[in-house]
Order: sequence, then structure tokens, then C-alpha cells
Amino acid sequence: MTIDVWLTAAVADAERRGLPELKALLETLARATSALRAADFNERADVPRPGKRLEARG
Amino acid sequence: MLTIEEFGRRLRAREISSAQTTEECLERIDADNPRLNAFIRVTADEARRQAHDADQEIAAGHDRGPLHGVPISIKDLLDVRGMPTTAASRVRDGHLASRDATSIAHLRQAGAVFVGKTNLHEFAFGTTNEDSAFGPARNPHDLSRSPGGSSGGSGASVAAGMALATIGTDTGGSIRIPAAACGIVGLKPSFGDVSTDGVVPLSRTLDHVGPLTQTVADASLVYHALLGDAHAMPPAPLPLHAVRLAIPRNYFLDVLDDEVRARFDEAVTRLCDEGAHVDEIDIHHAADIAPVYLHIVLADAAAYHAATLESMPERYTPNVRIRLEMGRYVLAEDYVRALAGREVLRREVDAALAQHDALILPTLPIPAPAIGASTVLVGSKTEPVRNVMLRLTQPFNVTGHPAISIPSGRTSAGMPCALQLVGCRNQTDALLKVALACEPHITPEPVPRSGKVGG
Repeated sequence: MTIDVWLTAAVADAERRGLPELKALLETLARATSALRAADFNERADVPRPGKRLEARG
Repeated sequence: MLTIEEFGRRLRAREISSAQTTEECLERIDADNPRLNAFIRVTADEARRQAHDADQEIAAGHDRGPLHGVPISIKDLLDVRGMPTTAASRVRDGHLASRDATSIAHLRQAGAVFVGKTNLHEFAFGTTNEDSAFGPARNPHDLSRSPGGSSGGSGASVAAGMALATIGTDTGGSIRIPAAACGIVGLKPSFGDVSTDGVVPLSRTLDHVGPLTQTVADASLVYHALLGDAHAMPPAPLPLHAVRLAIPRNYFLDVLDDEVRARFDEAVTRLCDEGAHVDEIDIHHAADIAPVYLHIVLADAAAYHAATLESMPERYTPNVRIRLEMGRYVLAEDYVRALAGREVLRREVDAALAQHDALILPTLPIPAPAIGASTVLVGSKTEPVRNVMLRLTQPFNVTGHPAISIPSGRTSAGMPCALQLVGCRNQTDALLKVALACEPHITPEPVPRSGKVGG
């Protein structure tokens, strides 16, 4: 789920539950999640870890 | 003001009694608690009985160790048998602990005297102690300011002489932040050292139990008693010329109040002048700490509170309720990313410590904030109070390394500043040896207390 899609759904759910004040906090969380997903420690299925790649070459 | 060490010497020399010192603490509570709101419950009768028993046992030659007869306060997040554990929340109405938390049972076995249970940020989920069902605790150095949090009542109780030590918990800095804000010592042991059995959780993978005291030696005494080792004495300090410290620059020194930075620089200069070896280093991935911490603590807290957020939401204070609700929207994939990030950060801090005995850095980037402030000016930037207060302490909850906050002087307004030393994982005693060596040079003069216990 992309962060934009998640945020739209989360804000809508919060409003449905009668918690509109959650919107600002969810926007803060969205920024933190963007930073978390952008960190270079995350693994991806299409990119081998550097250590593994070196082993394969060796 | 009387330290635990000095109390023990004078008690065993028959110069003072536990009953007398306990009574002085209770008098201080009577006098100052109406303005500080440090205590949720004062257990005067029980404390007098425990103190009387301690005096009788010591007179009969049954010495339980350095905490025998010592008046101690306890954060109202830990179970003490026969008392409610409120967590500063109406959600806990009707609770009664049937047994002691493991750490409290160890203190009881060590002969400690329990003077009462202290105020906190509701469910330990905040850094200021403002959101409490029992009202905010206040800073003894300036009543308009927060004592820090979440163990704010605990910090205020020791700084004001209402107890010789206190027990707090630390999930993102909740021992070290109030220790820094109130001008006392706060020890977060290595993760897993002290049992969290019988403690209301915030995050079971970030929570720590530890002491707030006046000195590092006292912190060592209480720490060992919490482990069940009631007779352990403080370790011998390392020779200062053998101490190797590292200042982490990136991230850790980026957001600092000018006076906090000045007190930190002055303390480091004193340590260098006296022979300590100090390097500057960088810790990679430090900028990722806040999002990693946030995703773990929010998700863990939401799991614990989900049922009561549905069944009794009106019993939470509004700010804590809404922050707990935020955690219910963290996605599983992002929680897993945060756990992976935690492992990376743990290795980075391990690597930074490979050639050093401890990291040295400020504890709180700012002096204690005004009660009610949601933002604070740091240099030319306005920062959210909560984020800036957690900034330098939460990294070591994420990684589990032991950390101790030590007073490092005061601002021109008289508010305490502090720095922290961070040691190797599972080596809290080694950190205490470093802290004992550094303390006389970090703390240029004792921060004045309002309490007068022990004359």
C-alpha cells in the first residue's frame, strides 16, 4: 500500500470513527513512514544485498 | 542533602535512624507535595512501620545491605502488593496489586522503606507529566516548568528531598529525561537487566526499569538491589586516564539549546583536562532513529490498549488517547521495517563503542520546558517539545544500550542541564565504573535542592 493511499484511508476511517483530530497526527505518521521506507537499510526483492552479491561474484 | 551512602554510614554509626529520616521525608512530602504534585499516593503509616522494623533489625544485627531503612518512592506504574497501580489513568480504576513487581520484591527484601507512589505521564506515554489523571507534576526548581517525564513525579520527589531515591521506567527516556530536568542522576540499565514483571507496559521491547538518585554511587546501590543483589557495593571507578569516550557528532549535536551545549562542552573540557581520552565519531543511520522508534512504540502501545480504547475511551486523557489511536494505523510491513532498522542501529552503536568505554552526549537538548508548551525555540528553529525531549534518549531504548544521565551544571535561569554516558550492551556495571570516574568532573557543583533531609 502506498503512503498516499494509506493516509487517505486512515483519515477517512478516523473521521468515520468520530476522531477527526487524528488527521494531523496521521499526517505526521505518514511523514515518519516515508522516512522509514526511504532508509537504505530496507531490503528489496529485486536488489540483492551487497554482501550476497560479492559472495556470488567470489 | 543526604545520599544513600551517607545515610548508611550514619545509620550504622547510630547517628540517625531510619524512622527519623523517613519522618523527615514524610514532613517534606506534607510541606511540598501540594505544590509539586509529585505523589499520587503517600503510604505514611506503612513507611513508618517499615522504618521501625528496619531500625529494630539493624539493632539486632540483621543488616540487609545498603538499602536497609532507605526511604524510596516508586513510580505508580509498578505493582506494590495491596495498592492500586494507577498508571496515572482512570482506565485503571479499581485495580489492586495482589503481589509486588519482581523488582519491588527485591527492594522489599533489601529492606527499603516505601514512602509512596509517584505521579507520571498517563501510561508513561509522554515526556512532560502534563497528561495525568491526577494533574501535572511540577519541577522543584521552577514550578512553572515540567519535571520531565514520564517519571516526572519520581524525579521531583528526589530533587525535593521527599525520598532518597526513586524507581522509574524508561521507554524513550522516561528515567533520564526527568533526571536531567530535575538535576539528579538517572540510570537506564541495559535492556533486560531489571525485570519488567509487574510493570504496566508501554512497549515490551523498549521498556526498562531503573533508579533515579542523587549520585552515581547511589544509582549503583539501587540498581543492584533491583536485581536482587542487595549487598553489592558500587564498583571501583576506572582511573580517569584510562577512560575512552566518544562524542557522536552527527544528529546528536545538531539540535541543542545554546546553554545546554555550553555546559556539555565545559564538562567535556574538564574531563579532557583531567586525563580522559575523548574522540569525535559519527554514528551511521542516526537520522533514522526517530521513525524507527515511533513505529515500534506506537504499534506496541496500541496492541496493549486496543481493547480499552474501544470499551472506555473517555477514561483516557485526551492527548494520550489520540496518540494511542494513532498507533492502530501502523501497517505490519512498516513495523517490520522498523524492527530491521533497530538491528542496524544496534550494530552501529556497537561499532561506535568497539574502541571506546562510553559515548558521551547531552541528555536533554533543552532545559525543562514550561508546562503547557507544545513547541520550543531551539536556536532559530521551533521544535515540537515531545520530539526534542526524546531526541537524545530514545536511540538507546531502540538499541538497548545502558545509559546514565548525570547533572552537568545549570543555565543562567538556574535550570539543571545534564549529559549522558552510554555503555556497551549487557555491561551496565562497566558503564557505572566509567560514570563513577567521570561524575566529579561532569558535575561542577551540586544542583541546589529544595529538600533538607538529613540536615
